[in-house]
Amino acid sequence: MTEIVLNIDGQDVKAKAGMTVLQAAQQAGITIPTLCHHEKLEAFGGCRLCMVEVESRGWTSYVVSCLYPVAKDIVVRTRSPKVDNIRKVLIEELLAHAPDAPELVKMAEEYGADRNRFEREASFCVLCGLCVRYCDEVKKKNAVSFFDNGSVRQIAFVPEVAKKECWECQECFALCPTSYAQAAYLLTEALAFPGQRKTPVKRAEDLALKSRMIPITPVAM
Amino acid sequence: MPRFQSAAELEAYRAQILAGRNPAKPCIAVCAGAACDGMDSAAVAAAFVAAAAPLGDKIEVRTTGCHGYCEKGPNVVVTPGDICYFEVQPTDVPEIIAATLKGEVVERLVYKDPNTGAKAVHMHEVPFYKHQTRLLIGDNPKIDPMRIDDYLAVGGYAALVKALSEMTPDQVLDEVKKANLRGRGGGGFPAGSKWETTKNAPEKTKYVIVNGHEGESAAFMDRAMLTGNPHKILEGLIIGAYAIGAQKGFMYTRHDMPLLEKHVRNALAQAKEYGLLGENILGSGFSLEVELHFDVGIFVSGESSALMRSIEGNPPEPRPKYIRTSVSGIWDKPSNLNNVETWANVPQIISKGAEWFTSIGSEKSKGTKLISLSGNVVNSGVVEVPMGTPLRTLVFDIGGGVRDGKTLKAIHFGGAMGGSIPADLIDAPLDFDGMSKLGAPIGAGGLLLMDEDTDMVEVARYLMDFLTKESCGKCVPCREGMKQMLQILTRITEGKGKQGDIERLEDLIQVTGVASLCALGKTSGDPLKSMFRYFKPEYEARIAAASGEPK
Repeated sequence: MTEIVLNIDGQDVKAKAGMTVLQAAQQAGITIPTLCHHEKLEAFGGCRLCMVEVESRGWTSYVVSCLYPVAKDIVVRTRSPKVDNIRKVLIEELLAHAPDAPELVKMAEEYGADRNRFEREASFCVLCGLCVRYCDEVKKKNAVSFFDNGSVRQIAFVPEVAKKECWECQECFALCPTSYAQAAYLLTEALAFPGQRKTPVKRAEDLALKSRMIPITPVAM
Repeated sequence: MPRFQSAAELEAYRAQILAGRNPAKPCIAVCAGAACDGMDSAAVAAAFVAAAAPLGDKIEVRTTGCHGYCEKGPNVVVTPGDICYFEVQPTDVPEIIAATLKGEVVERLVYKDPNTGAKAVHMHEVPFYKHQTRLLIGDNPKIDPMRIDDYLAVGGYAALVKALSEMTPDQVLDEVKKANLRGRGGGGFPAGSKWETTKNAPEKTKYVIVNGHEGESAAFMDRAMLTGNPHKILEGLIIGAYAIGAQKGFMYTRHDMPLLEKHVRNALAQAKEYGLLGENILGSGFSLEVELHFDVGIFVSGESSALMRSIEGNPPEPRPKYIRTSVSGIWDKPSNLNNVETWANVPQIISKGAEWFTSIGSEKSKGTKLISLSGNVVNSGVVEVPMGTPLRTLVFDIGGGVRDGKTLKAIHFGGAMGGSIPADLIDAPLDFDGMSKLGAPIGAGGLLLMDEDTDMVEVARYLMDFLTKESCGKCVPCREGMKQMLQILTRITEGKGKQGDIERLEDLIQVTGVASLCALGKTSGDPLKSMFRYFKPEYEARIAAASGEPK
């Protein structure tokens, strides 16, 4: 495998060809914020929080590091006024959905994002797609999927599949940054196949995954 | 009909078609373009067919694609002489037939200038047509799109013959590069460079694609071309495939236009029957299969990488990878995609040469451009002018100015991802780069006129509303950014604007423009950006009025 040297935040970083800038940065201990990224899943490029500034052959461009391949002699800046402002606005847009999601709250602090900048949205799903992609790529069940497009896009469990597959799994709950996956599942269960539960709803600690679950608190308007 | 085994066989057949046609025999061409069809031109055509039947061989009736002058449909053109009749009703048919047989003109149905009352009988005298250069759409009235012989009769597939028998693939590519043909779909990217990238990509399997999605609001010229003259686009595609070395082509188009589908399916079948598609085209050794595909009803499926995902059978979401589709497109194979109008330009570049092509147009934008004229314009329709033509010619000489005697306020180009410029920039030339600099990129060519009564906040809100529904919703800046912009704009139109709204919008435009995954999101703020550039006081006044502050 060819070794490539690139510069990230003033530091020369060695990477293997085919790696992404995000992987190279993580390997070098440089943090780039992400929301929709998960090492077990194919890069998605949806949240755009990992956007960085790349200078290549005299051109500066803004790219998402989870997808941008490393290249020789490129200069990457993971923070700049413009990058920080992009992240700030994106976080503000997401906070309109889930103002109390711990990951977002933490990032909001880092980037000075105002949770009240934009009008509140009814759904607290941020559509990172972790549940959808985990169920598809890792579990290969497709019990939860994206529906609709544009501003009305949502995730939903497919009752016919969920009824058969979700009892023993529920691993997506812990991946969800806002607890929406769990809520969506329970709603599906209550509406489509109530009273068939044999095991209690799994809690984060039952699952061998990093907990991201948060208590659902009423949203202050 | 046997497959033609060589160029000579095709040319012999062409000669036979022409010998069987008498140019002096009157031919009545009835437009069946979308607008005329909507005004029941089918009834007019049926009346002509019925009236001509007893006359035997004295008169020919032809149902054709869009002539262009949608405003005055149903359109009828009588040859020889290109006599134009407008707003023709089935009851007018006997009179037209009688006059045509006598070599006379039905005066009451010809063009009359609304101001001076002066009449114009022939196409080259009608103001709407006379300021145009109709290299692409000009054949429409001469062709029944269901008959390949009509296309052959106007010289169709001669460019393919030339390319296959006299030129190497590299020479074809060179000619297109020299012609500096720029993509007509919106970006204005040089088609030749794109072809070359796909040609040089290491994979052997390569694809060529016609993007006939035409989702841009107020754009209706591609469907006029594709429905009215499908073989022209197909010929361009075959030539391109030959130059690039592709074995398979796709025509991706709208699912909601039955006539378009019928014509394209028929064209593909006829081309195959004649040996212009399929194995060993005209005995040249070059083979190409072309498949028809339909969109899934959302705007973003016209974005090139989303379109390719759609052809693969996946949801039309733009591909997030930093690798060009010309290198890795459909099923990760090099895929060259061009818009309908770009492909339509290819045959004439091959037939007449790059030098001829570059003699038309402006310094950096060559050839002609099809424009859909609509909005508060007197003459709506499909128009073709050389690049570099001043907007004034388009709007006033061809378009006839603003409807109902009102004043022009703004010109909007490029649909929901385009921009609006004020009336005082009317002398700007139609040019990819020039218009982009002004903030109203040509896009695919939808030109919308707005009169003095237009509410510019409402225009931006309307376009944003369209885009929020058409976005795929995958990435945050596009989905959430547009949703927030729409909410703010809606509030302002409802008289509930707040201080800070403009700054909020500017921030959203900037972030959505940089951070979005594909061109839909990246340019979604462009109309609003142009509004802030030219019409900001209107926004400020609305917000100030709402918050009760004096302006």
